[in-house]
Amino acid sequence: MGDYGARQLIPRFSSRTFKWDAKTATYRIALDDGLRKVLGELMSQLLALLDDPGAPVMQRLFPPAYNQPTDLDRQEEYRRLMQDDLVERHRDECRTVIASLSGTSLGEEQMLAWVKAVNSMRLVLGTYLDVQEDDRPRKPETPEESAYLWLSFLLEESVEALSHK
Amino acid sequence: MTYPLKLASSAPVEVVETDSLVGTNLPWKVIVWNDPVNLMSYVTFVLQKLFGYSKERAEKLMLDVHHKGKAVVSHGPREKAEMDVFRLHEHGLWATMEHDS
Repeated sequence: MGDYGARQLIPRFSSRTFKWDAKTATYRIALDDGLRKVLGELMSQLLALLDDPGAPVMQRLFPPAYNQPTDLDRQEEYRRLMQDDLVERHRDECRTVIASLSGTSLGEEQMLAWVKAVNSMRLVLGTYLDVQEDDRPRKPETPEESAYLWLSFLLEESVEALSHK
Repeated sequence: MTYPLKLASSAPVEVVETDSLVGTNLPWKVIVWNDPVNLMSYVTFVLQKLFGYSKERAEKLMLDVHHKGKAVVSHGPREKAEMDVFRLHEHGLWATMEHDS
């Protein structure tokens, strides 16, 4: 599975990005405006990419449900019945992130949408970057590598917040 | 949970699923495969959330995926297995289903 080393590589990201607030039953967001803007742009890119779910870079978001040679017809039927629904769910998650991006806190459903959308964009970038199992964490050299690293950090932070509320 | 199962050779019976990992006769299994992108903490979180597994059980399954390349995360009739696969795909996990023959 993935490793990313963001905490070692980017020490300034050491603060807790999401903090559960029991009083309001929301997650407080600690994210500066520049990073919110970056996340919004990444979500817009993902929305645009979702127009073509069959593109090679999208393959990790739409894996086959049936992978046995005897189940080819079932897979075809599954894709025909389910793919549009899956695309629409991913779109909804992106829209939720964009709509809640400028706020100070997230409700439970919004937080779950952030987690899924952030991971979806990681899968797209990971496919584009051809990330491999034995890749070691290293300093990012391209915008895509930086985005992948930061989204990995953001995901880890989100999961931590959801698990420790 | 219980799932009504129709067996060709007998009357419909209720199969009680006490543990979806062992000792089940349910016909389809849902498999999560290892991949180089998904984070270990995220996979554990998703397995807990979708299947209600304890942290320990979800972590064990995640480590099986990581070290052995795959793990069976649920069993069920075809419709239930398809829904499990769909929800795993919704969360970005690499899941497939196959007949448990």
